[in-house]
Amino acid sequence: MDDLLSEFLTETSESLSVLDVELVKLEQNPEPAILQNIFRLVHTIKGTCGFLGLPRLEHVAHAGENVLGKIRDGELEVTADAVTLILQAIDRIKLILAHLEQNECEPEGSDEDLIGQLNAMAEGRFQPAGAAPAAAAPAEDTPFPVAADLLAEVEAAYAAGKKAASETDILAEMAKERAKEATAQAAKDAAAAEPEPAPAPKANVPAPTAAPPAVIKDAGPPGGGAAPEAKESAVAAQTIRVNVELLENLMTLVSELVLTRNQLLQMVRGRDDSEFTAPLQRLSHITTDLQEGVMKTRMQPIGNAWAKLPRIVRDLSVEMGKKIDLQMLGAETELDRQVLELIKDPLTHMVRNSADHGLEGPDERRAAGKPEIGKVVLNAFHEGGHIIIEISDDGRGLNLDKIKQKAIGNGLASESELDSMTPQQIYQFIFKAGFSTAEKVTSVSGRGVGMDVVRTNIEKIGGTVELKSWPGKGSTFVIKIPLTLAIVSALIVECASERFAIPQISVLELVRTTANSEHGIEMINNAPVLRLRDRLLPLVSLKKLLRLNDEQGVQETFIVVTQVGTYTFGIIVDRVFDTEEIVVKPVAPILRHINMFSGNTILGDGSVIMILDPNGIAGATGESGLLGGGQTTEQTVARDMRGDAKTSLLVFRAGGDDLKAVPLALVARLEEIEVKDVEYSHGKPMVQYRGHLMPLVAIDGSTHFRDEGRQPVLVFSDRDHTMGLVVDEIVDIVEDRLKVELSADNPGVIGTAVIAGKATTIVDAGYYLPQAFGDWFGRGEKEYGSDEHGQPRILLVDDSPFFRNLLTPLLGVAGYEVTAVEGPDRALQLREQGHDFDMIISDIEMPGMSGFDFAQAVRAEGRWQTTPMIALSSHATEKDFERGRQVGFNDYVAKFDRDSLLVTIATTLAAIKGAA
Amino acid sequence: MNQIVPAGKRPGTELAAPETQDYVTMYIEGQMFGIPVLTVQDVLGPQKITRIPLAPREVAGSLNLRGRIVTAIDVRLRLGLPNNSGENKGMSVVVDHGGELYSLMVDQVGEVLSLPAAKFERNPPTLDPMWREFSAGIYRLEDKLLVVLDVAKLLDFNRNE
Repeated sequence: MDDLLSEFLTETSESLSVLDVELVKLEQNPEPAILQNIFRLVHTIKGTCGFLGLPRLEHVAHAGENVLGKIRDGELEVTADAVTLILQAIDRIKLILAHLEQNECEPEGSDEDLIGQLNAMAEGRFQPAGAAPAAAAPAEDTPFPVAADLLAEVEAAYAAGKKAASETDILAEMAKERAKEATAQAAKDAAAAEPEPAPAPKANVPAPTAAPPAVIKDAGPPGGGAAPEAKESAVAAQTIRVNVELLENLMTLVSELVLTRNQLLQMVRGRDDSEFTAPLQRLSHITTDLQEGVMKTRMQPIGNAWAKLPRIVRDLSVEMGKKIDLQMLGAETELDRQVLELIKDPLTHMVRNSADHGLEGPDERRAAGKPEIGKVVLNAFHEGGHIIIEISDDGRGLNLDKIKQKAIGNGLASESELDSMTPQQIYQFIFKAGFSTAEKVTSVSGRGVGMDVVRTNIEKIGGTVELKSWPGKGSTFVIKIPLTLAIVSALIVECASERFAIPQISVLELVRTTANSEHGIEMINNAPVLRLRDRLLPLVSLKKLLRLNDEQGVQETFIVVTQVGTYTFGIIVDRVFDTEEIVVKPVAPILRHINMFSGNTILGDGSVIMILDPNGIAGATGESGLLGGGQTTEQTVARDMRGDAKTSLLVFRAGGDDLKAVPLALVARLEEIEVKDVEYSHGKPMVQYRGHLMPLVAIDGSTHFRDEGRQPVLVFSDRDHTMGLVVDEIVDIVEDRLKVELSADNPGVIGTAVIAGKATTIVDAGYYLPQAFGDWFGRGEKEYGSDEHGQPRILLVDDSPFFRNLLTPLLGVAGYEVTAVEGPDRALQLREQGHDFDMIISDIEMPGMSGFDFAQAVRAEGRWQTTPMIALSSHATEKDFERGRQVGFNDYVAKFDRDSLLVTIATTLAAIKGAA
Repeated sequence: MNQIVPAGKRPGTELAAPETQDYVTMYIEGQMFGIPVLTVQDVLGPQKITRIPLAPREVAGSLNLRGRIVTAIDVRLRLGLPNNSGENKGMSVVVDHGGELYSLMVDQVGEVLSLPAAKFERNPPTLDPMWREFSAGIYRLEDKLLVVLDVAKLLDFNRNE
């Protein structure tokens, strides 16, 4: 039998027995979790049937799924009738499976009656029992009525074919049957309509793709196919599924056996001709074999999980009319069995998704200038103590707008929240439950079961899944599974008389150093480094890192050259032993916070040993490696703290050929306006924009525009005021360090910086805002403060002249009197001089005294103790918020978020006023 | 694993005194402690323990118990008692907490006592706050008092940090 088919049968019969139980549970207790589980199981069955070309099964499952979907969405109640009907559908599936198992093809016959009822149920017009045809009667112990029909039909077919029905006859019969079915289907349920073979002339064999595994070699005894008893599937009995826990126990026992053997060997070693020598030798061999065998039961190459993907992709490509090239790399990467089982379905699902949603049809691809054949690449490899599986396609990428709409529609996020998120963040929404952007519910996908299941399954084994997508270029999913469950080879090292394991995978080489050898450790202000082949290798002393005390001075040391991502460093240890195969076990929960260790293990001699985590060590040395999970934030912070954070800049040309730029975050939108739409009032240009008048300002103050055509405009938005800055050409959006090197005295210009390798003028958007508003909104400030002295005074502390220049006019426009200083020291001087402010806004990362220290200093003493403080920072993580709050900031605002800064200032001041 | 017969379910005991609880007793600095017998997996003598750098002070290290890694907790330090200066390595009681094994290191492990509920009392308010945290109550015995250790709290390191 086809491997794929037999695997399908095994899997499906397992799912079915679960379904039986779950459905009964559901009837008693309609919990969403149970329903979700049932829904997924049915969905999986349906999906797999579709790929194997089993239309009958697929239709029944699809109809059943429709009903379940309605129940899940709350449109239908869980009633005894509904459950009975679904159980009937399951029984039907079992029946078909039984036939499938014997004959490797679906039995002929139609499920229209059942599907009709299911559809009726889905549409809420189901007539319980009596009115329904005989097939609807509860099928408990009595033989399944349809089975009788089927039997009759099979027998009739046999009689007609005189028990030697030729292949073509049977197939013709089936084609007829299916054609009938297809027409009925199409009428009843458009969504269920499959690319059925067209109602073909009788003699024609249906199209090969949709046909069930074609040849019927042996029809078997007539009764066999229709045997109604749901007897144990023979295929399911061929393999034994063993609980992994049992294997785990076996493994433990074997480890003990190994230890005992080692002890025995030790005892015998002393004596030369012991009578035990020979049997012990044998015991030793057997033990080793046994150990290997047990190990092997747990480890499997990941290729096993991929085995059915080529077929699935092939079928999909035929069905969707796409050309797909599936590449699989690293199939030999070994994975723990348990992990493999758990990632199999997610992987299948993701590959299917990539092929279905990700890749475009050949026409679209050609139009986009891409090769006609779409590529789906699967790549598995070990990295930094993790197993990484990448699934990438070169398709159209995710549809950002659709995800946004859906996120708003599902109430997962508000529009304003989405505005402040990066596209990559927004893409992550597809991992939420019930989230599917496929427009149509097809048999392939689109029901919103899927990516959330994928994520749940991966997270179950402590892994992470990341998604990156580029419009028009494709998407990449990166699954990262910790090696907690996997076997790795590790280098055993010693440091201060303690032994540790380092995953061999991160070790590049070993270097031995002695005080007087050419490879000597040198110090740069207590930071050890090593000259290694014309390079300077940063070193970490394990002893210092782990705070181990060791009195005895060691003359000789070893350096383990380790690589994490692209960062190479050396770990100084005292001794290096051998490499050993180890099974990584997670550390106890009370020790999980120590990120120097990725786990622990038991060595051959029975001692427990900690496994060092190269990522954690790299992190501790200040270099950010490839980190997963919770460490990422800290690392990002650490990197940002070193300053020079990159900023997205919009580069454009205006009023000359030289390049100009503004931080992208300040620009609300990019628009192109028709020159003919520009109107003039008081000699000032403006356009009607989204129901309001938007003043237009040119960079050089001129009011001349192009004579015709369209004019690009950068729209700056400040509360409900919008202003358009007219430019000649939008050049690019680049991400670069914003370091103003030459400052200018010109108003409207902050200075010049090197951006993407070219000298670029940084435009002060803040200068243009009041220009536009000043004319239009007149003495706008009066709205905010009733008289000149009533203007709230704000102290702005920021080391970056760029932000000082940006925020000062902005806050000025909003009606505040702003004093800007370049650092906390200067601010504290103002305090000593007796200045008072209504509010202090401070940056966090500043040279010398940080914003946190500044806040502490302010809160500690002096006249500003009760002055509200707002922190301003380019990185705003939960941790930062917490820290900010602790040291005395009233609030925390992300640096580029001008709107929320203004709102925060207003509410904080209002709160103070209210309190006073 | 040791098959420990659930004491409370022995027919005789159940009939005679349904209100008793069985405790494994242990001693630190002469003070008697008890934990419910059913939570105990093993009683161990001195073991070879691997130190864990950077771990909390109360974590003595980890050890190999028939292929499973057990985290050893120095109950003495956990209760804020002085470090044992003597050479006596002591014994430990292995408990299962959330699927993980922990070995509670004490000076000595005593016998199993069946204690009637009538002799149970809540913690006296004068008890050291640290002890009150880890003690589930006190039993009045003839000649001494037994402090019932709350294993879950003893092993909950997040609360105290």
